[in-house]
Amino acid sequence: MPTAKVNGKEIEFEAGLTVLQVAELAGEEIPRFCYHERLSIAGNCRMCLVEVKPGPPKPQASCALPAADKQEIFTNTPMVKKAREGVMEFLLINHPLDCPICDQGGECDLQDEAIGYGRDGSRYAENKRAVEEKFLGPLIKTTMTRCIQCTRCVRFSTEIAGVSEMGMISRGEDAEITSYLEEALTSELSGNLADICPVGALTHKPWAFNYRPWELTKTESVDVMDAVGSAIRVDARGGEVMRILPRVNEDINEEWISDKTRYVPDGLMRQRLDRPYVRVDGKLKPATWAEAFAAVAGRIRAVSPDKVGVIAGDLQDAESMKAAMDLFSALGVKNLDCRQDGAKLGYGPRESWLFNTTIAGIEKLDRLLLVGTNLRKEAPLVNARIRKAWLTGKLRVGVIGEHADLRYSYEYFGAGPSSLQKLVDGEGDFFKDAKGAAIVLGQGALIREDSSAILNLAAKAAGTFGMTAEGKNGFNVLHTAASRVAGLDMGFVPKDGGRHVAGMIAGAGKGEIEVLVLMGADEIDTTALGNAFVVYIGSHGDAGANRADVILPGAAYTEKPGIYVNTEGRVQIAARAVFPKGEAREDWAILRALSEHLGAKLAYDSLEQLRAKLMANHPTFGQVDYAPGAASAAGLDLGAFGEAGSLSDAVFASPIDDFYLTNPIARASVTMAECSASQAQALGRLQAAE
Amino acid sequence: MVGILEDKDRIFTNLYGFHDWGLEGAKQRGCWNATKDILSCGRDWIITNMKNSGLRGRGGAGFNTGLKWSFMPKEVKDRPHYLVVNADESEPGTCKDREIMRHDPHLFIEGCLIASFAMQAHACYIYIRGEYVREREIMEDAVKQAYEARLIGKANVHGWDFDVYIHHGGGAYICGEETALLESLEGKKGQPRLKPPFPAGAGLYGCPTTVNNVESIAVVGTILRRGADWFAGFGRPNNTGTKLMCVSGHVNQPCNVEEAMSIPLKQLLEDHCGGVRGGWGNLKAIIPGGSSVPMIPAEQCETALMDFDSLRDLKSGLGTAAVIVMDKSTDLIKAIARIAYFYKHESCGQCTPCREGTGWMWRVMERMAAGTAEMREIDMLLEVTTQVEGHTICALGDAAAWPIQGLFRHFRPEVEARISQYRSGRPHVQGATLIAAE
Repeated sequence: MPTAKVNGKEIEFEAGLTVLQVAELAGEEIPRFCYHERLSIAGNCRMCLVEVKPGPPKPQASCALPAADKQEIFTNTPMVKKAREGVMEFLLINHPLDCPICDQGGECDLQDEAIGYGRDGSRYAENKRAVEEKFLGPLIKTTMTRCIQCTRCVRFSTEIAGVSEMGMISRGEDAEITSYLEEALTSELSGNLADICPVGALTHKPWAFNYRPWELTKTESVDVMDAVGSAIRVDARGGEVMRILPRVNEDINEEWISDKTRYVPDGLMRQRLDRPYVRVDGKLKPATWAEAFAAVAGRIRAVSPDKVGVIAGDLQDAESMKAAMDLFSALGVKNLDCRQDGAKLGYGPRESWLFNTTIAGIEKLDRLLLVGTNLRKEAPLVNARIRKAWLTGKLRVGVIGEHADLRYSYEYFGAGPSSLQKLVDGEGDFFKDAKGAAIVLGQGALIREDSSAILNLAAKAAGTFGMTAEGKNGFNVLHTAASRVAGLDMGFVPKDGGRHVAGMIAGAGKGEIEVLVLMGADEIDTTALGNAFVVYIGSHGDAGANRADVILPGAAYTEKPGIYVNTEGRVQIAARAVFPKGEAREDWAILRALSEHLGAKLAYDSLEQLRAKLMANHPTFGQVDYAPGAASAAGLDLGAFGEAGSLSDAVFASPIDDFYLTNPIARASVTMAECSASQAQALGRLQAAE
Repeated sequence: MVGILEDKDRIFTNLYGFHDWGLEGAKQRGCWNATKDILSCGRDWIITNMKNSGLRGRGGAGFNTGLKWSFMPKEVKDRPHYLVVNADESEPGTCKDREIMRHDPHLFIEGCLIASFAMQAHACYIYIRGEYVREREIMEDAVKQAYEARLIGKANVHGWDFDVYIHHGGGAYICGEETALLESLEGKKGQPRLKPPFPAGAGLYGCPTTVNNVESIAVVGTILRRGADWFAGFGRPNNTGTKLMCVSGHVNQPCNVEEAMSIPLKQLLEDHCGGVRGGWGNLKAIIPGGSSVPMIPAEQCETALMDFDSLRDLKSGLGTAAVIVMDKSTDLIKAIARIAYFYKHESCGQCTPCREGTGWMWRVMERMAAGTAEMREIDMLLEVTTQVEGHTICALGDAAAWPIQGLFRHFRPEVEARISQYRSGRPHVQGATLIAAE
């Protein structure tokens, strides 16, 4: 390996690194504004200047300079310091220095570096430049006078988000960053622009002037807005979640999160169920916990177990599902289901409902077939990962289903299952010479009548095209619900003749189901439940609570520690950032309390005991932060996935119409409503223009 | 004899457009003569001879042209090679390339063919400045003539498939910077690229590319016809050959002239331009190489030679050999302020020191020209120029800093006098008269 000397200290490095990276290896921090590890190198801020020998007798931009063997790098010479001070002065002469009223204040790269390299006063006697504000949609607030033209936002939107809607217009000191025709950005990842902006030019519009970063309590947690399970940091002040930011998790979200993940917190303060309610004379009346439990227990005890149904929603933590399963199974209830949308998954080997390639594994693929999924709506970060792989030029993507703009080009094979059948039958040469091929089955393909056959066919495709072998597994199911994999893993599905969700709803309509327990389940048709007695355990007043006869207020995902399993089968533990609202309690504790009223006391008194039981009964939950991937790929029986059967002609449709309004929290959020309206408007304008 | 160079040794024999610029006229003047023989000598011979001729790039930086060509990959691999000719001549004071394109386009096209052959390029792009409309029209006509005569094109008489594409720029100074030119040629915003990678490794469309100035290319045919020794016989060692010089400003007859390198500056002005307006004693300063090089005062002009090394020793530069003569009626401070405005206007805005520094320097210069600046701002301004110089992606930052440094190197007392003069008779505290009146 080549070696270089950084400030006299010898260090080995891998060939191909830049001087900046080598200096960081040696522990020297280099100030930078335009350089970002995940973006292309612009080299325009000139803050990262260092001195190198051999080299010209002037400072070099270390971010763009390839490190060479036997190079001597100096990061602390007077020449370097003076050069950086000069650049800092230039950056500050036209910067408003309005830090006291700037939302970036306290977490601003420019502010931080100015401490090291700024002068104590300004020598600039001229008027400062003023730049017009730009409109970038409901999420990003601009204060373009603060912009230092680092072009990180331009590079992020073109490279990562895949929308060429941002750019720099004009030149010289008149250069301005703007979006094309000042339209709102059409990306689901636009919130990341404010993260990568090193100054306060792009900040978060929904959170403007709401907090100062140093006031916030930071809790590292896991997102539940989709089944990707992005790593997030929940920042709270008092009992309120003020904002959600991404954490780095190279295996899942790198360092980006979707706009829904980020801007949903205002939904956590609205439509909250903060005390129990019992329906009296057709109206929900506030009640005490004791009254509510008595009402529930009375009804459940009065009916036979086969007339009780339990549906777990999309945001449910594994512990509460485990508690519900233990409690109701003990009562003899067989009607348990965690698949609100009716996905035909959960039987057969575990691999048949996992994203076995893993998200990071996408980068190793050379063919990827997407079936019945619109990844931009269902998992924007998986989509971004595919785009990243596609950009290298090695990955070819094929699509069967919705012909949507996925931000990368793909080969389109058709809209329905018959197109997949044709591929499997050997039509075309998409998979020819593929070394790492994979198929992704979306929920759009799994919530149909013929889904079992589609699942079987997809598995057959995986077998036919050699996707699964020792060390690789190209069969993938992409989920949209954060709770789903955990539910399937623990077997929260009807067995021994129990009813599934559709059966429970139909049964309720016909009076065959008399008590229905909805655990945060709002995506079902609540108007079709007939005269069933509905118990709603959840955090938000949405469709389920509206229909409920008893409401047991639960905790939202930021308010309870919980285990979630993402679409890869990766077990992740979310942490509590704030306490549940009002009298609300953590969901498992509600079930534990209810169990005593039902005379079937659950065997655990703490979350730790519950987790211990969960892991004991279902060992996969014990492997935290582990995605099985291809661990069991060799010898996998693909024939056991689904059941062969006849395919219908219906085309695939994504289960998500509106990316921004997929769950009760998002539907309670004003920001998400604005985003939804803004995107609908933009779509309308586009259609009008075309 | 007027000047040093004899008529028989001139390369650009139709510099003034007295003769036919077309193919017939050009052939009569020796153009396209024995081109095939030159190519038949092989690319190594061409590059060696170019190196031996000592031709240094005529665009201003003065890098050895033959050496530059030799940086291209020896073998064409998966990516084609390109020659790009920089005809985006925008440096204030410079007007040599336009004369070549207007009056001797065939010398230029012939040079393109030879250079492309030497670098194994089958395509050559000529990037013409946006304002050069007539020049572009003539170039297009000349290229057409060459195609029709099968001098270039597929299966031409020279046996080297070769296409010339004329690209008309949008009129931005920065697009004369070689990598910004490539960006612009690719259809992007004209902003300089980071180097490395250098164009010889990854240039136009990521392929090996050499970017040369029009004059560097146009002289190639004649050099190879008459021999490297002939060309190297002019001027001083390391500064050889003939050079087009563009003299403008306060001389009796501003002109473009081809002269031997290292001609004394004074002789150039006296012999070709009818001397400085009002006599040599009326000379105040000269900018010898286009607006971006520092000026030299009259006393240094006595001994200065028009070549790279001599002017470098005077802390100026030959640049494009665009001599701007300023007599004693010139307000030098205002002139430099105007140049500072030019660079502020033409900065691409990509990197910080240039984007912010050029505007700052211009504003201070304006106040200096008016006398309203503070005395202490002189040193501050000079420090700002050093903060820009050498800290930018391309050389525009340097070009913006040098004229100002040149002014203060030689004429600082004049600026100080301007400021003092403005101050004298005025109260030291601004608004003091107003307060007194109340």
